[in-house]
Amino acid sequence: MSTLSAGSLLAQLLTGLADASSLFVVAAGLTLIFGVTRIVNFAHGSLYMLGAYIAYSATHAFRGGVGFWGAVVVAALATGLFGAAIERLLLKRLYGAPELLQLMATFGVVLIVRDATLSLWGAEDLLGPRAPGLKGAIEVMGRAIPAYDFFLLALGPVVLLALWLVLARTRFGMLVRAATENRVVAGALGVDERALFTAVFALGATLAGLAGALQLPREPANLGMDLGIIAEAFVVTVVGGLGSIPGAFIAALVIGLTKALCVALGTVAIGSFEIAFPKLTLVAEFVVMAIVLSVRPQGFLGAPPAMAPTTAVPDQRRLIVPPGQRALLGAAIALLLAALLPLISDEYTLVLATDVLVFALFASSLQFLMGTGGMASFGHAAYFGLGAYAAAIAVKAGWPMLGALAASPVIALVGALVFGWFCVRLSGVYLAMLTLAFAQIVWSIVFQWNDVTGGSNGLVGVWPAAALAAKPAYYWFALGCAGLALVALGWLGQSAFGYSLRGTRDSPLRAEAIGIDVRATQWRAFAFAGAFAGFAGGLYAFSKGSIAPETLALPRSVDALVMVLLGGLNALAGPLLGAAAFTWLQDTLARATEYWRAGVGVVILVLAIAFPMGIGGAVHRLLATWRR
Amino acid sequence: MAAISAPVLRVTRLVKAFGGVDAVRDVSFTVDAGELVALIGPNGAGKTTCFNLLNGQMRPDAGTIELSGMRIDGLPARVIARRGVARTFQVAATFASMTVRENVQVALLARAGAQGSIALRAPAAFGAEADALLARVGMIKLGNEGCATLAYGDAKRVELAVAIAAAPRLLLMDEPTAGMSPRSRTRLMEVAASLAKKERIAALFTEHDMDMVFGFADRIIVLDRGQIIADGAPAEIRANAQVRAVYLGEEEPLSTDGTNTSKKMY
Repeated sequence: MSTLSAGSLLAQLLTGLADASSLFVVAAGLTLIFGVTRIVNFAHGSLYMLGAYIAYSATHAFRGGVGFWGAVVVAALATGLFGAAIERLLLKRLYGAPELLQLMATFGVVLIVRDATLSLWGAEDLLGPRAPGLKGAIEVMGRAIPAYDFFLLALGPVVLLALWLVLARTRFGMLVRAATENRVVAGALGVDERALFTAVFALGATLAGLAGALQLPREPANLGMDLGIIAEAFVVTVVGGLGSIPGAFIAALVIGLTKALCVALGTVAIGSFEIAFPKLTLVAEFVVMAIVLSVRPQGFLGAPPAMAPTTAVPDQRRLIVPPGQRALLGAAIALLLAALLPLISDEYTLVLATDVLVFALFASSLQFLMGTGGMASFGHAAYFGLGAYAAAIAVKAGWPMLGALAASPVIALVGALVFGWFCVRLSGVYLAMLTLAFAQIVWSIVFQWNDVTGGSNGLVGVWPAAALAAKPAYYWFALGCAGLALVALGWLGQSAFGYSLRGTRDSPLRAEAIGIDVRATQWRAFAFAGAFAGFAGGLYAFSKGSIAPETLALPRSVDALVMVLLGGLNALAGPLLGAAAFTWLQDTLARATEYWRAGVGVVILVLAIAFPMGIGGAVHRLLATWRR
Repeated sequence: MAAISAPVLRVTRLVKAFGGVDAVRDVSFTVDAGELVALIGPNGAGKTTCFNLLNGQMRPDAGTIELSGMRIDGLPARVIARRGVARTFQVAATFASMTVRENVQVALLARAGAQGSIALRAPAAFGAEADALLARVGMIKLGNEGCATLAYGDAKRVELAVAIAAAPRLLLMDEPTAGMSPRSRTRLMEVAASLAKKERIAALFTEHDMDMVFGFADRIIVLDRGQIIADGAPAEIRANAQVRAVYLGEEEPLSTDGTNTSKKMY
């Protein structure tokens, strides 16, 4: 039971507002960049993290003289320069590319920056200095509030005002507004896009660096800052309305206050139920986002989203050709070869091959959703994880293995039905963000529900039945299961339902006009994709023997995206190729270097720039040229 | 069952406003089975808005729409489609990742209520029926072409085949001949006219080419700034002074020879 005093509530509110203020500064940069360049910048969190690390080093370098405040300025400017460099060297090449590819490329930057930071500053958390002049605390209604919090509290409104002045009163601001409103018109008016984009990216990066540097007195610089902040910043920009700075401000306030309220409420008993509100802070923002987006799909101050699926890869509209006899023959030969693998390979390779099978199924389910359905998901790992946990929990409860495995697609299906109901009401980036939000909610629940999920430790001892315990036996089992599931997914794509789904993607207008219920069709597709992902998760749990929250964390969702895009969104065999390539790459790099993430990042960047259609697409094109 | 005598389409005092502008004001008309009716008027007169209200793309602010005596106003587009209203769009809306034949097959699947079936293999469904429809609109040779690469006029033809695949009671065609050569226009309108006559479909179309309008329509409804200013046989419309004033701003009879483009209505 909590005693909710006015003092503690106020203290929480002030802390919440300070958090909101600094979150707004990050989100303002993100939304500014999106508004002008239409790029959803995953690396924005990395810029924030860099800001903190640079400020740490700069503070030490400037000991005495300008000290912390000078370091903040240096960190912000250095991050801004770094952002401009990223834009010039990389993103510039991707402006014409599909959104998902841009997103994947910026995730490549995340991986590279993460490892670069690791090698430059080490893995240890770096405790920053206290801000000179703001070291003390101010007493408010009997509670000590850090003076620094009051500084942060003022920062948000000051940045909002400054941005407003720049946007409203300067020529640069006018160009930014023009480009945000209408790129085509802005281009026609003679706006130099290249210079403008670089400048906007630099400004956004500066804001991220500033926020990161200013976070240093409150939180040690650490390697988890990038993905930690980016999820929150995404939520704020989406809830506020993509491209809207005042919207981001309002959204940051709403989310900050909601979190503060959760903490202040403490654990409340309602009847025999106990709700631990402080534990809800991890999900609070995502719940806010889910509610806001289902009521107002474009966020507080965003422009109504366009009907067309903005995530469409141009090639997606390529004619879909049902697999012919030659393709079926190829698949049969591949299956035969795969079945022979245990006879010639060692256990290590078999484990890896089992991973490939599991991820091929996982990626295929995402491909079905994104390729056939035209719905991009950033949170597909939620269903993979639901399936994995369902199987693990069932086994722990004494279920036989097959029963537990059967539970995995069922539970994932239920999850996908619930989340999908909200998601299919949106499209494009908004839909992707909502899937991300739901995935974060599932992750938070799994992470905190110790009694059932084992919390951060996860569950161990999830072993398959005795007959399947040997690695070759489980490999064959997984091959059979994944093979059948892949055939089923392939069939689904060729079924009347699959064609209707493709129709809803190509032209919702036409689909409705011939009597197809667009939302219901998309909802079913979402549920199917979730169920297949869940089945992959179940297979994964038994292959590993244990399961942890990482199974459904954000990087796992991105892995699936990378596999799909690596293989090619439209090539039927794409996810297979993508899963094989990605798993092999990750394994090879991880064995070769401590900095394997950066290696993966580099590969992602090269692929995004050189092979936007993925391996599958590249092979297709090669074959086409060769036949000619 | 509705009364046999009820017209296929009865629109009564339909109103739709956008912001402060009345796009459709107090519009009432009927279309009977077997009748080919043209809905004409200058740009912005409210023709497409009318279509959007009729097929459920938009909800009317006031007024009623009856299909064979049954109210359909306010129903969602897919439900109205199932009741027997098919339409083509001003900018052809087709499934770009599919072939011409597959577009018609999906429409046939939807008509059979099998659009959600996971047991039915789509590429094998209704192939012959689809080909028959394509032959009717002159697209049989292009059946295996992708819709994304079609010429504009051909895409409009595919749309017509998709629309009639639903075996509609009411067919709405928004500029069906746009992007076609004069000869193709005539041929397409002949198809539309024969559909109306032979299958007793009530057909309503908008068109900028007055040769097509006066050559094929049984009746012409003229809209101006959201209101009906004339509704009658082609000869009556041609003689109507108000129509001429609205269209040309001059007292010149409407030409039907099609040689003078300045007399086409835009």
